[in-house]
Amino acid sequence: MSDHTLFAQIKDEAARPDPYPLFARLRECPVSRQEDGTYVAASHAAIASLLHDPRVSSETLPPADRPKTGNPLKDWLVKPVRDHITDTHRPFIFRDPPDHDDLRAAVMQQFTPQRVQALRARSHILVDEILDKLGDATAIDIVDDLAYPLPVTVICELLGIPPADEAQFHGWATQLATALEPDTLQDDDLRAENSRTFDAISEYMQGLIAQKRKDPQDDMLSGLATEGVDGRGRMSDFDLIATAILMLVAGHETTVNLITNGMLTLLRHPDELRRLREDPARAPRVVEELLRYEPPVQFRTRKTLCPITQNGVTIPEGAPLVLLLASGNRDPAIYAEPDRFDPDRADNRHLGFGGSLHYCVGAPLARFEVEAALVALAQRLKNPRLSIDPPPYRPGSALRGPKHLRLVIDGIAPRAPSAG
Amino acid sequence: MSDAETRVVVVGASLAGLRGAESLRQAGFRGPLTIIGAEPHRPYDRPPLSKAVLTGEVAADATTLPNRVDLEADWRFGDPATGLDRTRRTVSLASGEALPYDRLLIATGASARAWPNPAEAGLAGVHTLRGRDEAEALRRDLAAGPAHVVIIGGGFIGCEVAASARALDLSVTLVETGPTLLAKVLGQHLGSVVEALHASLGTTIRSGVKVAALEDDGAGRVARVRLADGTVLPADVVVVALGAVRNTGWLAGSGLAFDEGGIDCDAQGYVLDESERPDTRIAAAGDVARFPHPLYPGHRIALEHWGHAVAQGQHAGRLLAGRAPEPYRAVPAFWSSQGGITIKSVGLTTGADGFVVARGSLKAGRFVAVYGQAGRCIAAVAFDCGRWLPTYAEHIAAGAPFPPETGGVDAGPFTVLPPAFPDPAHKDEA
Repeated sequence: MSDHTLFAQIKDEAARPDPYPLFARLRECPVSRQEDGTYVAASHAAIASLLHDPRVSSETLPPADRPKTGNPLKDWLVKPVRDHITDTHRPFIFRDPPDHDDLRAAVMQQFTPQRVQALRARSHILVDEILDKLGDATAIDIVDDLAYPLPVTVICELLGIPPADEAQFHGWATQLATALEPDTLQDDDLRAENSRTFDAISEYMQGLIAQKRKDPQDDMLSGLATEGVDGRGRMSDFDLIATAILMLVAGHETTVNLITNGMLTLLRHPDELRRLREDPARAPRVVEELLRYEPPVQFRTRKTLCPITQNGVTIPEGAPLVLLLASGNRDPAIYAEPDRFDPDRADNRHLGFGGSLHYCVGAPLARFEVEAALVALAQRLKNPRLSIDPPPYRPGSALRGPKHLRLVIDGIAPRAPSAG
Repeated sequence: MSDAETRVVVVGASLAGLRGAESLRQAGFRGPLTIIGAEPHRPYDRPPLSKAVLTGEVAADATTLPNRVDLEADWRFGDPATGLDRTRRTVSLASGEALPYDRLLIATGASARAWPNPAEAGLAGVHTLRGRDEAEALRRDLAAGPAHVVIIGGGFIGCEVAASARALDLSVTLVETGPTLLAKVLGQHLGSVVEALHASLGTTIRSGVKVAALEDDGAGRVARVRLADGTVLPADVVVVALGAVRNTGWLAGSGLAFDEGGIDCDAQGYVLDESERPDTRIAAAGDVARFPHPLYPGHRIALEHWGHAVAQGQHAGRLLAGRAPEPYRAVPAFWSSQGGITIKSVGLTTGADGFVVARGSLKAGRFVAVYGQAGRCIAAVAFDCGRWLPTYAEHIAAGAPFPPETGGVDAGPFTVLPPAFPDPAHKDEA
């Protein structure tokens, strides 16, 4: 089969359980043109270079496509929040400097070490509470029982979403995460559903922001709603809504997948599961290697603003560009035995959190949420076995992870004394 | 060479020395390894010394560098090398010992250039900053809450110390003989941006004026700084930040080619003797090594950059292990944090005949400036947007044309401006 269909094969659901052999074939040509005109960067060096290239833009969202009345003022007045956001207030993951930098700085200012540390302690407590509730279960689904509830609670506590509204957020986050898949734009039903979700969450956020402004609490949304950054004013309501939604989606689905991919990988490497159980201090190494070996974000899309020559291939201006992070993570030019799961690997400069300007803002949060989850699972699940391997996967190829990860267990041990 | 019979000595328990020793071991060397340090400390990290150590956020003794490889080395701390005999192949130490070597790595680094008047330099309250002990002494003096701090020299160290002292809410005056801060490295346009930054932090800046004398209080402590224009600045603490001299004095009589600007090396990293012949038993790395860089032909350069100490140290380790590497050609790069701004640079601005603001704007304080010489990109400097620099490093390594192409993220139309380095002609920065 010829080279230029490889990315289509990766997107095909048949490849979901193990896309890595396809990545290896793509790496034979580090930058390749696919049949639909998309360019794919598959080697670590090419991806790292393009991540840092100012000729590569993250502004890949198309403008809102609503019927126009011909009257610009009327068009502006009647358009829903989602149109304002897709037109001019896109979340900063889809924006370039200088706007991106201002918005990101505002978020980073609220991402204080105190808040992060507080949530670190909370993660351990939340994981233990979740496992306590499962009582004497003999079968669990890592996805539904732990990986989903944990991140949504953490991100809601960070932002300051009332606990009563968490369930609703859960549904919204799941729906909106589909917007990160490359083929969503081609699916009219999915787009319509995303639009409705977007309107619902925007309306909710508008109300919550007004409330935070009236009665600020010690949470991120209150901070963003009331404080400016470096002498600049606070961000506009549209930007604030877009940012809050971004935090919710980006902080959620990715963490679910990392926890699930992590448990799956550990069950496939029982020695590593045992070592983690016996020595929880290995958790950071395990998580770092997971981010390389089974990254929840497999690729990100960009577009070129100028022609760029990379690895001898000239990518034309305006071309859609896929940075295949998960392939760079398996590049034998960078990693010895790239297909081996080895938490003791030195100099693990993985692309699991992306890189450069758009490097994952929530990386510290993700790290310790997943550490807390995997350590608790390793220590408290008695004799866990996979019910089915490979597990069923969700459709997404960009955000890749199992739909369910069902385990048979001999029970759940009480909390370890060190936990919490 | 048979490892068991080969003795390797590393002179300099520095970043370059440590990484060199590690790379030697990683390259498979199993023989005896001795590391000599002039200071009584394990190798430590210098970048925090002018920043978090001065403000007290990080203790000076918390800067020890991690060992990335089990070195199985014989460490000699606080016993500086005093001589090199290449005929007998020994390094003599202050303690009197003469250590035999078969392969030698010179990584002795540099020292802060002292205030030229020794009596004035010896006054209490007068500091230089290069090593950990100097940083701790300065931190103690700053923590005592002096009424007036005067910093002499508006280079990177002077600027960083000024920002740290302002973070402690001290009254700070920065005196620079050039037209603006950092003009020698960045040119006056960017120097003005740095000057505006420090002014906004509350530092008083006196550019374009020399210091005539440091005056004491009659009891051996500095009290005033007298400028050449007659101004007298009250001063309880003075920081002399006038650059560095290479630690090469111990090489006197060795027959090697050296001066206070460094020890001359060939393109591979072997040191040269006075007749420019390489001594293939001896390599040099880090601040002390002056070497020909293929991207900057015509002269040898010595770089005081952190990343360079790492990369050239590793290169030298492989070289001495017999893994004859390619000539060293890493693109120079450094960073500086001051007053919440991070300045990052790739390439060398030395000899630039023009620059453009390729992204962002000087006015916004967030930009990438690209420097060119004779139609090629030779350097790029980023203020608070260093993430783009790897791309420019690739362009510099490839000798890409200058002015660079327009377009891309956060780019407007640009004009080529002269960098406006101060007279006399911009000297080898290194």
